Amino acid sequence: MVKVCDEIKVSPEEMRAAYCNALIEEAKKNPKIVTIDCDLMNSCGTKNFMKEFPDRAFNIGIQEQNAAGMAGGMASTGLIPFVHTFAVFATRRIYDQIFMSCAYAGQNVKICGCDAGVSAAYNGGTHMAFEDMGLMRTMANITVLEPSDPVMMRCLVPQVVAKEGVVYLRMPRKKVYQIYEEGSEFTLGKAEIIRDGSDITLIAIGMEVRQAMEAAKLLEADGISARVVDMFTLKPIDAECINKCAKETGAIVTCENQSIVNGLGSAVAEVLVENDPVPMGRIGVQDEFGEVGPQDYLEERFGLKAEHIAAKAKEVLKRK
Amino acid sequence: MSEQVNFEELKRFSAEIRKETVRAIGYAGFGHIGGSVSISDVLAVLYGGMMNIDPSNPKWEDRDRLVLSKGHCGPGLYAALALKGFFPMDWLKTVNKPGTNLPSHADGQKTPGVDMSTGSLGNGASSAVGIALGSRVQGRDNYTYCIVGDGETNEGEVWEAAETAAALKLDHFVLFVDWNKKQLDGRLEDILDPGDLEEKFRAFGFDARTVKGYDTEEIWKGIEEAKKVEGKPHVIILDTIKGLGIDFAEAEEFNHYMTFDIEKAEEACAEIDRRLAEGTYPGGDFKW
Repeated sequence: MVKVCDEIKVSPEEMRAAYCNALIEEAKKNPKIVTIDCDLMNSCGTKNFMKEFPDRAFNIGIQEQNAAGMAGGMASTGLIPFVHTFAVFATRRIYDQIFMSCAYAGQNVKICGCDAGVSAAYNGGTHMAFEDMGLMRTMANITVLEPSDPVMMRCLVPQVVAKEGVVYLRMPRKKVYQIYEEGSEFTLGKAEIIRDGSDITLIAIGMEVRQAMEAAKLLEADGISARVVDMFTLKPIDAECINKCAKETGAIVTCENQSIVNGLGSAVAEVLVENDPVPMGRIGVQDEFGEVGPQDYLEERFGLKAEHIAAKAKEVLKRK
Repeated sequence: MSEQVNFEELKRFSAEIRKETVRAIGYAGFGHIGGSVSISDVLAVLYGGMMNIDPSNPKWEDRDRLVLSKGHCGPGLYAALALKGFFPMDWLKTVNKPGTNLPSHADGQKTPGVDMSTGSLGNGASSAVGIALGSRVQGRDNYTYCIVGDGETNEGEVWEAAETAAALKLDHFVLFVDWNKKQLDGRLEDILDPGDLEEKFRAFGFDARTVKGYDTEEIWKGIEEAKKVEGKPHVIILDTIKGLGIDFAEAEEFNHYMTFDIEKAEEACAEIDRRLAEGTYPGGDFKW
């Protein structure tokens, strides 16, 4: 059962704390869980795991390639390694190691990338992962997700543990908004319709879920009834939900804090064109590199705000 | 322990591995012959008694493990595994054929007895360190072995893995460097000279030694010596020749990957048998 907060406000809990606490709870029950960090424990918020389980947490320094390779090896002995670093390093830097020693090798490894998209803010373009989800989505037989708030994170971490194989989990590490009421339950791989509507569907992931909810309100003021879907699992994508929304609302806008190339918009378009296509538009980074600045500026700069979504929805509706 | 080892038998086992390797590649018609036979002797030591394994239970949790990081030498490993009974000898005729369980590069998902998939050089070193650490975390006393190519040490990941193995004091980790002096494009010193590998690994915190890589008795004793050193990972540099024991391959300058048929392979096998009989096996143009 999912319940959206009456008012979506900044969460009192940072995302990294929600993640780490959830992992600690799982590790208390499951001795197979171990962690590998790459000199970013303070940033990724995993210090408490090491305090709780000093014999099961390994900070191997600035060695992302080695971390992914070691994770594959550790998994082959029966453990469930969680690897933490920034999303840019967790994917583009070590793609080969994740492919070879984890995915192709059939190992049970979880990769967690912090600082999703524009949330990298002051670390700038070098550290701004717009490609991570697309890269990981291309890899065969893995699971890719981005929980949208701490409540969802708490619910999904146990499912990530239970999911056999490679899982890539992406998240902003600090400030996030609480979208869902405590106790809301989600199922990995199954999207949630969190606001009903009949004219168009806004399919969003991660921090864009809040923007999509805000956009739906803006559209409502203009007499447009927008449905909002939280597509927190990018792969495997919930095709049933996409097709249902296409059929029932006849238009779709996707919203993502990353490149529109091979991200959520691409994944949704793939489903639509193989079934019953409807007019659609994509909100996201338009094939550009990131840049430095406050997150709010970057959301504006890359067109990720509710106003951008609402404008895109109106454009798409003209093609309906 | 070495008093109980029949080194003549080990030498014969290495000859069988070498023969089945050249045959497997001969059946395929092409393959990575040079580096596949330069490791026949270390494979004979590992699978001829050093490793604690059970061919009837290849996934046995407490087994010793081998990561063949130079994954392109899969056929060499397949020969050893087949001879130990991990799978039928007939499979060796299927290397690289459609639907085979024996692809050119080692694949732990397909081949019984292969402990980790490898093929992108450097990856296996990290995986092996992960296996050694994972085994220790779970209180196991098993050993993790890994074979990297000498050219493979060009890869930075090998040195990341080495640094971590030393920092974590993984003394149940034994790394072999197949020092056969050549990589794909030519001799090491002409491509990217790695310098003194034994000293390099020692500087990284390893217990390091070099042995005659074609001599099963030296390799065995080298491993035994290594295991006496506590608190450090071990490296054993295998001083050998690319293509060793297969005359037509050894004589070829660029012998990383060669095309030849089963008849040519059988001629090489007959020569191996002849040398065994006259006591000159594995032959080779030794300059050490």
